[in-house]
Amino acid sequence: MQPLTRVEGRAIPLGLKNVDTDIIIPAKWLKTISREGLGAGAFEALRAEPGNVIDDPAYAGANVLIAGDNFGCGSSREHAAWALGDLGLRVVIAPSFSDIFSGNAVKNGILPVVLPQDAVDRLLEVAREGQPITVDLESQTVTTPYQDRFTFTIDPFRRECLLGGLDEIGLTLARAEAIGTFETARTAAQPWLMRGTGA
Amino acid sequence: MIRGHHPTPRMMEPIMASRPRTLYEKIWDAHTVETRDDGTAIIYIDRHLVHEVTSPQAFEALRVAGRPVRRPELTLAVPDHNLPTTARVDAAGKAVPIADPESAAQLAALEVNAPAFGIRYIPATAREQGIVHVVGPEQGFSLPGTTIVCGDSHTACHGGLGALAFGIGTSEVEHVLATQTLLLQQSKPMEVRVEGDLGPGVSAKDLILHIIGQIGAAGGSGYVIEYRGRVFEQMTVEERLTVCNMSIEAGARAGLIAPDDVTFAYLKGRPMAPQGAEWEAAVAYWRTLHSDDGAIFAKSVVIDAAAIEPSVTWGTSPEDVVAIGGRVPSPADFADESKRVAVQKSLDYMGLTPGTAMTDVPIENVFIGSCTNSRIEDLRAAAAVLKGRHKADNVRWAIVVPGSGLVKAQAEDEGLDKVFIEAGFEWREPGCSACLGMNPDKVPPGERCASTSNRNFVGRQGPGARTHLVSPAMAAAAAVTGRLTDARELA
Repeated sequence: MQPLTRVEGRAIPLGLKNVDTDIIIPAKWLKTISREGLGAGAFEALRAEPGNVIDDPAYAGANVLIAGDNFGCGSSREHAAWALGDLGLRVVIAPSFSDIFSGNAVKNGILPVVLPQDAVDRLLEVAREGQPITVDLESQTVTTPYQDRFTFTIDPFRRECLLGGLDEIGLTLARAEAIGTFETARTAAQPWLMRGTGA
Repeated sequence: MIRGHHPTPRMMEPIMASRPRTLYEKIWDAHTVETRDDGTAIIYIDRHLVHEVTSPQAFEALRVAGRPVRRPELTLAVPDHNLPTTARVDAAGKAVPIADPESAAQLAALEVNAPAFGIRYIPATAREQGIVHVVGPEQGFSLPGTTIVCGDSHTACHGGLGALAFGIGTSEVEHVLATQTLLLQQSKPMEVRVEGDLGPGVSAKDLILHIIGQIGAAGGSGYVIEYRGRVFEQMTVEERLTVCNMSIEAGARAGLIAPDDVTFAYLKGRPMAPQGAEWEAAVAYWRTLHSDDGAIFAKSVVIDAAAIEPSVTWGTSPEDVVAIGGRVPSPADFADESKRVAVQKSLDYMGLTPGTAMTDVPIENVFIGSCTNSRIEDLRAAAAVLKGRHKADNVRWAIVVPGSGLVKAQAEDEGLDKVFIEAGFEWREPGCSACLGMNPDKVPPGERCASTSNRNFVGRQGPGARTHLVSPAMAAAAAVTGRLTDARELA
């Protein structure tokens, strides 16, 4: 995973609330067996509308997306995070995120930034002026050229994973012994739990 | 950095915990391998369901990294999302090829990956095949008190058995395959307490739609919901699965209903459930799985069951719920500016005018199926309305997609297939079908569908499709009259 420390650039002022993962990437794009190329299907229905913000040349090259409450709700499809990454986005700012989406985002080097609605509204204004937004994960701040400065909180483990570009599976495999101990105790105490399909 | 637990899992400790715990906290504690200082825990995963859409990239990553599957017997693979629901074998008994090359490639990948990694695979042509969330409980693979995951958000469904079940992304699918655990932050426990009883003709689906309408599409974000109250105790397992299934539509990653004798009776004798002395031990353990008196919920919502009528959605979020006797709302009805904008967009997409009676909304398509409502009781409820009746002329397309081959066989034994066919429905093979339209079953642009599925998102049932979420009886009633209808009028 590509580490993320500081992102500076244009932001797409989407602003909508309850942006579900079917909006981010419709089901027909899920038939792929690859993680690549999903940007082409990102926000497909939205981008069919003339003058939509995603394809607006004013926001070309944006690496930040600003949205409303409950971003990424619905399906667990990680394709949503892959699609946003393929569009070049590294940060999504919103008042709230769905639990599954924010986890998927972090695992793909995309930072979900939670800020209060008034801060999000201000950043939407700045973005619509075409001004850059700076997101710094180390200092946990979002700043603008107008001296706006918002601080955000993030789960420390997610922050560590993003800053270091860490492989979570590698981290867990390093604890294989503890997992083995847990399994041994469980097999002795409740063997039926460990049978699964082999019941 | 790491705090180890005593090697004996917490589940074997006496019930006298230091403080009263919720059901969620009990299951969480029993699966904690260890907790890091930052609060992230390694949580053991008991059961993993895999389907063809969210797994190929995970298997490929394992292959590239040279990592094996740690506990193949704890994963079960079933194709469901892409499968056409038309006949799977021809007259000669040969498998019918899948026309869509991308769907075919994805299905083929699962068929190769599962056995290559030692995982039990139920093929598309097997009687046991079905939607993962129907198959898991039906096979006794899903059990009370277990942690169950799947690369599918409706995994919340299995909470109806008292399991902590939630959807995960593909990176987490890979994590579970490689380690049989996940790195998780604990959610907060939330209680949805329903007081009183549901009126006649008001179903579990009406109840959960009403709950989502009350708490909103993000009302459960960051929480695991436990549904409490005598309504749930009186429900069958099928009804409990319907309720928990849609927890994700309220933003909660999981929903739970405490297991009881109804749960145990449902599971006893199922192929992958414990047998004999192990069954007795399991039931004794399962009886400890309830929230203790005095356990603290971080959030509590109380719902009056008697006030609930059959529910229907009017918009493009599952929170857009109204009673069937109600009317299409106006943006002006909402205080929040961003919600007003969203409502107007929804109404434009849905082609609805504020103030229209819901029962005046015509319907061209009816879909009975999905992991929310494709079990035998759902088909019985729909068939009870349709018996001796026929779909209206303006209903162009009406299909029933049973949740599994076993549900289909049971329904055929009961003669339900004939009721549906005589009413003008198509009787299909099991799968996810028109819930999300990954297979050929789609609703055409601009047309409406009375659907027993779980999401009314823009384009969910096909580009431009307009979805109204309803119960199986309500979907059947809409088919008969050709408009959204209170099923109680046809009882």
